Amino acid sequence: MDYLLTEEQKMIRDLCRQIAREKIAPVAAEYDKTEKFPHGIIKLIAESDLFAVFVPAEYGGTGGGVLDLCIATEELSCACGGIAVCYAASALGTFPIVLFGTEEQKKKYLPDLAKGKTIAAFGITEPEAGSDASAIKTTAVKKGDHYILNGTKHFITNGGEAGVYTVIAMTDRTKGARGASAFIVEKGTPGFTFGKKEEKMGIRASITSELIFTDCKIPKENLIAREGMGFIVTMKTFDMSRPGVAAQALGIAQGALELAVKYSRERKQFGKPISGFQGIQWMLADMATKVEASRALVYAVARMLDSGNTGVAKESAMAKLFASDTAMQVSTDAVQILGGYGYMRDYPAEKYMRDAKITQIYEGTNQIQRNIIALQLIKEMAKL
Amino acid sequence: MNIIVCIKQVPETTEVRINPETNTLMREGVKSIINPFDMYAIEEGVRIKEKSGGKVTVLTMGPPQAETALREALSLGADEAILLSDRAFAGSDTWATSYTLACAIRKIKDYDLIVCGKQASDGDTAQVGPGIATHLDIPQVTYVKKIEEIKDKTVRVERMTEEGYEIIESGLPVLFTVVKEINSPRMPALRGLMRAKSAKIIHWTHKDLEANAENLGLGGSPTQVVKIFTPLPRPSGEMLEGDVEVIARKLADILNKEI
Repeated sequence: MDYLLTEEQKMIRDLCRQIAREKIAPVAAEYDKTEKFPHGIIKLIAESDLFAVFVPAEYGGTGGGVLDLCIATEELSCACGGIAVCYAASALGTFPIVLFGTEEQKKKYLPDLAKGKTIAAFGITEPEAGSDASAIKTTAVKKGDHYILNGTKHFITNGGEAGVYTVIAMTDRTKGARGASAFIVEKGTPGFTFGKKEEKMGIRASITSELIFTDCKIPKENLIAREGMGFIVTMKTFDMSRPGVAAQALGIAQGALELAVKYSRERKQFGKPISGFQGIQWMLADMATKVEASRALVYAVARMLDSGNTGVAKESAMAKLFASDTAMQVSTDAVQILGGYGYMRDYPAEKYMRDAKITQIYEGTNQIQRNIIALQLIKEMAKL
Repeated sequence: MNIIVCIKQVPETTEVRINPETNTLMREGVKSIINPFDMYAIEEGVRIKEKSGGKVTVLTMGPPQAETALREALSLGADEAILLSDRAFAGSDTWATSYTLACAIRKIKDYDLIVCGKQASDGDTAQVGPGIATHLDIPQVTYVKKIEEIKDKTVRVERMTEEGYEIIESGLPVLFTVVKEINSPRMPALRGLMRAKSAKIIHWTHKDLEANAENLGLGGSPTQVVKIFTPLPRPSGEMLEGDVEVIARKLADILNKEI
């Protein structure tokens, strides 16, 4: 399918494909096994200017948009969903500053993030606040020229590795969701430490850990937007980043599909390659069709966002829902096509399946995505 | 330090097909790439520039589509690219090629260092680099595996040999051909690719060079390719078995018969 990409987007695609094939694929299994953060690869991604694609040109980026980010994430995920999420999560942590940051905040943080000198992380989830983000317990109390943060975030991608964190905390608990605010917290700030590092089923090259705030004092200039804007910042950030998670799922699905097609041509049973059997052919055909449909949806939503369309909550949720469900199914089918070998760690099929699962869960579970879609549908009908 | 890197665009495969009538390479349908050994030359040129300043000019002779190879070199950090393309250059052997490249380098004039890959993956002659140095009458060091030190007027390098390596010091300007042990070439970066896409490539024909027309192209090439073919696979040898005396006798018999 020709998606009429710009020259620049084709460059991003080809460059990321080269990095994925030559540099990531050969080491993906090792990072998956050891659960070590891929510093070398992240440095290479930074040197290749890929952290610049989601930063505006006036702050040291290439001025690309969500589609550029999606293309990069898709291609990197094709080789390793874990390494790709280290990259994509930095975009997630950067978006609040791009979307809502003051001129000073943008000038201070974006150039280094665009260069990949440091990476970013986004902190909202807490032990008791997952899908229900209004249950956040972390607080930020204003004292003179500072805010004092207290509380714990968990399941934070890039936690401990990132230098810049955008964190959601309650400035006024009596107001519920409208009492949340977004802050920038730098690594190394006194009172800001990292807790438990999670051991995960998949995306094991990425680091997921706790952020612990104990009387952590940050300058009041680190507030993003205004007090009480925390949830708007979060929702708008997720609208931008959900296509990125969808792109991660898309890349995992594409990688699993390619592996399944390749294997089916090599594996011989009953005297011929298993790709000659209609049972396998139909599976491959269904897998490929769903992957292409995911891609069409992801790119279309990304383009809507890049054109300045802000009312994309429903479409953004659809892309994330469809692409991640597809990734789960396609990677499961890939394991099936590889049979016993698919279940073994010698082949990457089972890793694709483990990596795919998280895309149905994070940045809003797929159940939450369905809520968003349904709510929007009902709202639209009510307006008629 | 002004550096000139000479590169060649070659077919990606090592199994090149040959036109039996013209004895030339058949390039149709085969993707073209920068000669892999030249990638090390580009990387080394860019590294020297990054360390000691100056600029890297990348030079190639070839058909118009060789521009792609030059743009790739620009994306990897070269500053300027020159394409020598002209029907008058067609059919050049290694002598005429190195003569033409040397004429272009004379025109560039201001250079301290010329870097080439040790050989091209299609022709495998390893003659063009040394040929350029000879035409320019400057020193050359082939098979360089490490540049130890660059000073204002001299440079010290390690040159790979079959037994180990030699340390050679030379005055400037000098031409090096480099082996793959010298570095590991970088990946292009997005900004480099963008810059390379719109960069201006300088085109020179024979009219731009002070060259003796008799030395150019097929007419200027002393090498005549009479026949070119893929050698037949060698038949497997005969294994002699038994103890030493038996083998020795059998061997002597065979040799007697053959002679």
